[in-house]
Amino acid sequence: MFQAKTKNLKNFSTSAERFEGANLLCPGCAHSIIVREVLNATNDNLILAASTGCLEVCTAVYPHTSWDASWIHIGFENGSSAVAGAEAMYKALKNKGRLKQPDRTPKFVAFGGDGATYDIGFQWISGCFERGHDMMYVCLDNEVYANTGGQRSSSTPIGASATTTPAGRISYGEKQNKKDIMAIMAAHGAPYVAQVAPNKWKDMVAKIQKGFATEGPVFINAMSACTTEWKFAPEDTIAISDLATDSLVFPLYEIIDGTKLNITYRPKNVIPVRDYLGAQGRFKHLFTKQNEYLIDEWQARVDAKWEQLQRREEACL
Amino acid sequence: MVENGWDTFEIGTILRPFEGPASDVANILPEDRSYTKSNSFSVSVADWRIEKPLFNKEHCIDCQFCWIYCPDMSIISRDKKMIGIDYDHCKGCGICVEVCPTTPKSLLMFPEQKDEEAALSEWPKKEKKEAKEN
Ligand SMILES: Cc1ncc(C[n+]2csc(CCOP(=O)(O)OP(=O)(O)O)c2C)c(N)n1
Ligand code: SF4
Ligand code: SF4
Ligand code: SF4
Ligand SMILES: [Mg+2]
Repeated sequence: MFQAKTKNLKNFSTSAERFEGANLLCPGCAHSIIVREVLNATNDNLILAASTGCLEVCTAVYPHTSWDASWIHIGFENGSSAVAGAEAMYKALKNKGRLKQPDRTPKFVAFGGDGATYDIGFQWISGCFERGHDMMYVCLDNEVYANTGGQRSSSTPIGASATTTPAGRISYGEKQNKKDIMAIMAAHGAPYVAQVAPNKWKDMVAKIQKGFATEGPVFINAMSACTTEWKFAPEDTIAISDLATDSLVFPLYEIIDGTKLNITYRPKNVIPVRDYLGAQGRFKHLFTKQNEYLIDEWQARVDAKWEQLQRREEACL
Repeated sequence: MVENGWDTFEIGTILRPFEGPASDVANILPEDRSYTKSNSFSVSVADWRIEKPLFNKEHCIDCQFCWIYCPDMSIISRDKKMIGIDYDHCKGCGICVEVCPTTPKSLLMFPEQKDEEAALSEWPKKEKKEAKEN
């Protein structure tokens, strides 16, 4: 039924939202666009959790909730385990014949920021994937600890100015490369791991539906352009996201059963990484004589990654 | 629930977004839902805006780009048609205007206090059409 719903955007626009307005996310925040695309991808009941971070803090400010579904928050590190626990309990009750509507299995989804995913909640997620819960984990990857004022995470890319890695006279900002979370999650042998971006809504919704149809743990890394920390105007969230996907800084692909890799979006015109960097305040210091070499290094890294993904795809392993 | 302050509610309190059972929400449109005061839908963020988007139906092709990319569920689409803006929940980010593909745009930002009729009368005209008429 919902496959027909997403055949095209007009059909999809008949969705009845289960995420509500007057939450406190910044104007133009991509977290919200991602959540809408995930929730609208199914009509099934939902059991949701969120780890501490912008999404959680801004959508559950007592006495209000922005969630039209069962939703739980415990801590920064354990959105994944909260949902895994609910899923395990659901299975147990089903086995005991104690469910009122045993044929209406809900979708179990946990949301967490990159801080919660790449760093602080990592071992909990790893545990969930190792135990093999039937759940989806969605990382809202804005490459920074946004909710607490923009500290670097292990997702922050080289050269970005963050509050704990500020660019200045003696530093060009973040020095470590972004962690390859996709490879790490695939290495768990997860049945489905995919990278998505909300500006490519059709690709994203197709992957979410594929994830929902998959039995076992599913990992989704969703690029979330952050107007506040990436430093661009709020109306440009989609434009910036387009620059990210079309420069291949954020390639869209999936990994099935830990090995088989498919690239799902090949831009017709690949644009220079420089255009993506130049559109954001967090990289503005790279456009100086002393730092410009970093832009070339950026381009070389993106080219190498794209080459590697294509090789992996061809290899069919 | 809403009556209890943040320092008086009991641990384990559940905030209910709807009156009564709510298992079929995915098939119920907002106008047919019974939202509680605990649902953020019942609150307005209109005062966040300095500028607001206005909609000119005349140019709209119902592509739904504004609907999919609005972060705040504030583009009202019914039966595959864009019919208006929810000014209680729109934060004035301007994304809908940026993604609108028509020329002239079917959505434009105006100062919050701008009169809608005045804005519509000043709307940029379709250039090609004018050229033909001349
Ligand atoms: C164990 C623990 N450490 C630190 C914090 C403080 N804290 C709350 S939100 C947050 C940042 C969240 O960053 P991320 O997960 O990337 O989500 P974002 O806000 O960027 O969406 C931090 C550090 C906390 N709540 N719990
Ligand atoms: S700081 Fe960034 S991620 Fe957080 S609410 Fe604002 S735009 Fe969204
Ligand atoms: S200005 Fe932003 S919040 Fe308001 S309707 Fe447009 S996209 Fe939605
Ligand atoms: S983006 Fe513009 S043309 Fe498309 S539905 Fe919205 S207002 Fe109409
Ligand atoms: Mg983050």
